[in-house]
Amino acid sequence: MSEISQAQPDYNYKVVRQFTIMTIIWGIVGMSLGVFIAAQLFAPALNFDIPWLTYSRLRPLHTNAVIFAFGGCALFATSYYIVQRTCQVRLFSDKLAQFTFWGWQAVIVAAVLTLPFGYTTSKEYAELEWPIDILIALVWVAYIINFFGTLAIRKVSHIYVANWFLGAFMLTVAVLHIGNSMALPVSFMKSYSLYAGAVDAMMQWWYGHNAVGFFLTAGFLGMMYYFVPKQAGRPVYSYRLSVVHFWALISLYIWAGPHHLHYTALPDWTQSLGMVMSVILFVPSWGGMINGIMTLSGAWHKLRTDPVLRFLIVSLSFYGMSTFEGPMMAIKTVNALSHYTDWTVGHVHSGALGWVAMVSIGSIYHLIPHLFGQKAMYSTKLVNVHFWFATIGVVLYIVAMWMSGVLQGLMWRAVNADGTLTYSFVESLEASKPFYVVRFVGGCFVVAGMLIMAYNTYRTVSAPKGSLVPEPAAA
Amino acid sequence: MSMFWTIWISVITLGTIVGSYLLLRWNLTNYTGHPEGESMGHEFDGIVEINNPLPRWWTILFYLTIVWSFFYLALYPGLGSFEGFLGWRSSNQDVRTLEESAQARIDAKEGEYLVQYDRELDFAAEKFDPIFEAYAKVPVEELVKNEEAVKVGQRLFLQNCSQCHGSDARGNQGFPNLTDNDWLYGGTGAKIKETLTNGRNAAMPAWIDAMGEQGIKETVAYVLSLSGREMAENHDTLAEAGKARFMVCAACHGMDGKGNQMLGAPNLTDNTWLYGGSERAITETLTYGRNGVMPSFKKTLGDNKIHVVATYVYSLSH
Repeated sequence: MSEISQAQPDYNYKVVRQFTIMTIIWGIVGMSLGVFIAAQLFAPALNFDIPWLTYSRLRPLHTNAVIFAFGGCALFATSYYIVQRTCQVRLFSDKLAQFTFWGWQAVIVAAVLTLPFGYTTSKEYAELEWPIDILIALVWVAYIINFFGTLAIRKVSHIYVANWFLGAFMLTVAVLHIGNSMALPVSFMKSYSLYAGAVDAMMQWWYGHNAVGFFLTAGFLGMMYYFVPKQAGRPVYSYRLSVVHFWALISLYIWAGPHHLHYTALPDWTQSLGMVMSVILFVPSWGGMINGIMTLSGAWHKLRTDPVLRFLIVSLSFYGMSTFEGPMMAIKTVNALSHYTDWTVGHVHSGALGWVAMVSIGSIYHLIPHLFGQKAMYSTKLVNVHFWFATIGVVLYIVAMWMSGVLQGLMWRAVNADGTLTYSFVESLEASKPFYVVRFVGGCFVVAGMLIMAYNTYRTVSAPKGSLVPEPAAA
Repeated sequence: MSMFWTIWISVITLGTIVGSYLLLRWNLTNYTGHPEGESMGHEFDGIVEINNPLPRWWTILFYLTIVWSFFYLALYPGLGSFEGFLGWRSSNQDVRTLEESAQARIDAKEGEYLVQYDRELDFAAEKFDPIFEAYAKVPVEELVKNEEAVKVGQRLFLQNCSQCHGSDARGNQGFPNLTDNDWLYGGTGAKIKETLTNGRNAAMPAWIDAMGEQGIKETVAYVLSLSGREMAENHDTLAEAGKARFMVCAACHGMDGKGNQMLGAPNLTDNTWLYGGSERAITETLTYGRNGVMPSFKKTLGDNKIHVVATYVYSLSH
């Protein structure tokens, strides 16, 4: 099946291939949904008065699809690949691997079916109802057993840093998911949270922020630690930096949730702690960026010819930018301006599109030839076109949201000489409209890039094995 | 919060921060057994790690944030029930009523706390209250000639009243149009202020039990005839029977149906309808009754701002 080199163990590439292909498919689905609801924000008639197509129901479907379907499949694919290659051993259990694949796809399909029909717990990024939550927990436990089982039977003495991050991501997500989803079912598709009031809000954002911290950061840092040195062909810059930033990152991130609840009914002391830890977190976050980017030192020239490496390095730049922006927005006085505005939306997408999507796309472009018996993608030129589409799309998106967000924040707090508010809410909405159009255009670029990727992947996968070789270097 | 939780919170908070510091210190030393700048001696799928020292600027940044965190947690609330040396609070978080809020403001001042929300209120009061005090000295009927005052009133209206009465003040079903000079409780400056200050509770009873369906039908016919309209069928007979039934309605709406502003009973003869003037809407009103509520704005706006809002509302029909 998967003999790339005779010297290597017989790795389980089947599950990696499955998850890799689904990453691209769900990426297109999730991002297209995003573009559609972005269009609804300046052209509300686009919901066609059909309840299933309203913003309120498709928005959670968009977030779930991009985070858990696209991001989740990318993490499954790369973690199964990385743990086998860096442990020099086949996966602990092929059966569990298949269970995680089909189980995870079932979760996603269940989300696609239930969210538009209005089944929701109303907890952000945890909208799925309790039967689906239980399936997630089962799949996740199987994933953990398979991953740590593989680590346990490894053929190398040490555990590679990528696996630290992947392991931390899996364990913590299990705790977060189970903790936050605790609920009392009242019927097959309806439940009530076990927590009440401010405690419920705190649980939700403890979960919510660590969905960012562990799912979208630690997991993808694991991805970064394998694919950046691999693609660059350079050693990892600093082992000790890995040690500090790993332990500091995982112990500080878990505290950051309360910064989503500044100036609310959450007790002041909790808000302060969330802010303090968020600000310190800035430094270990940048540790990861430094380690990734410095890994390229001595090989900068490769950026000129290798669009895959461009994806990876630009993703790290966006990671650095978002992890500077995040702690800044966690500071109460900044938050007083940014909270509830599009600035938050821009921040999330500079992380989600700039960091998460770009590092995943770069990693998948690295993976596909290895998985399907080729020496290169069908077209490096198209990878490059995708890179520029993605970059232009992300920049349009986040710049539009920054401007819209700061504008909203300033308009909401503007007062007249008599102390009355200068603007009504709807005036700020009107002011945001042009930026919503720009954001939509940015989103179209991102989706167009994904479609190019799908085409390129199709041509790579369907070409006769071994027929594709690297193109001669082009600028 | 009990002492147990304060200690619990403080220990894990400070433990995390001090732990980060110790982690950093530990990794500033080369404990690896490999010379700096060289390989760590293991290899994973072709990936090698170098034992490079931590970047200096990054280390300094880490120290700075750690030091800052201690200052912040000393000055502000964070470590459980320890309130911080500044005595800062975002607001008086435990209050549940306006009375408790007023008391908490007094207590916080006596305890010399820096309550951010209270300070913002005080700041706003100091800056803006004199403007409204000056306006309040001029009667509504006079102040309406002051364009600036009317504009201020409009802005207050947009923030506080437009949710029900609409941003053009033309109302909505169940919410009176304020521009048509048709008043339920009176349209003088004093009356408008009274409405804003104390609120209004309208009580149109349900008549279905007392009148029955036929009775309602007859009364509707008569009410329609008051504004010169007719039922689709049998109007004359029904209206004639309804006229007798209207005796009970006259208690509030008057014998002539012209209403009574003392009671907030609408004029039924002017073809201006709060809940709709169709046969169907009037039938619904008579059958089930109506309970219009205008809330009191005394506590939220205060007398002086009410005066200015009333001026704006007055200006709409004068």
